[in-house]
Amino acid sequence: MYLGRVIGTVVATRKAAGLDGVPLLAVDPLDDAGRTTGPTQIAADATRVAGPKDLVYLVGSREAALALEETFVPVDAAIVGIVDQVYRDPTADRR
Amino acid sequence: MKLCRVLGNVVATVKHATYTGKKLMIVEPVEADGKAVGATFLAVDLVQAGPGDRVLVMQEGNGVRQLLRRDGHGGKLPIRSVIVGIVDEVDTP
Repeated sequence: MYLGRVIGTVVATRKAAGLDGVPLLAVDPLDDAGRTTGPTQIAADATRVAGPKDLVYLVGSREAALALEETFVPVDAAIVGIVDQVYRDPTADRR
Repeated sequence: MKLCRVLGNVVATVKHATYTGKKLMIVEPVEADGKAVGATFLAVDLVQAGPGDRVLVMQEGNGVRQLLRRDGHGGKLPIRSVIVGIVDEVDTP
């Protein structure tokens, strides 16, 4: 699982069966310091309430589809939580 | 499994039902000597780890489903990374 920032929405009328009604969002994957760790990706929103500018966390691979109501769908990233707070212990890497 | 260091945690109110009651930690992959390698990611904590701990992280969904099979949800767990151990020592002669 990893952090991400929602940067926009995606609309696709024609898509694979089972994806009807699943919101798709454009997300930049981030590390704990808010640095982008890779290219923008499109994720299914399992929370159904995430929107642009939200800090979220996602799950990738096969487990992404398991977050949705229809679990045998072609999805490889899903938003599973909207982040309220990120706590980074400043002394963690000195121990 | 990956050797990682726990850096902190993430709090969320709105989340998938399977994440309710689970601690989500920020972890950083490290080498045997403690040097950081690669981007940080998130893992569910099953062993009460805390910031600064070196831990074992499993990144494989089927293993997670076996570990959490008694959680219900019909085995449909959208969880991929789990902290499964706290490392006391790594010996690389």
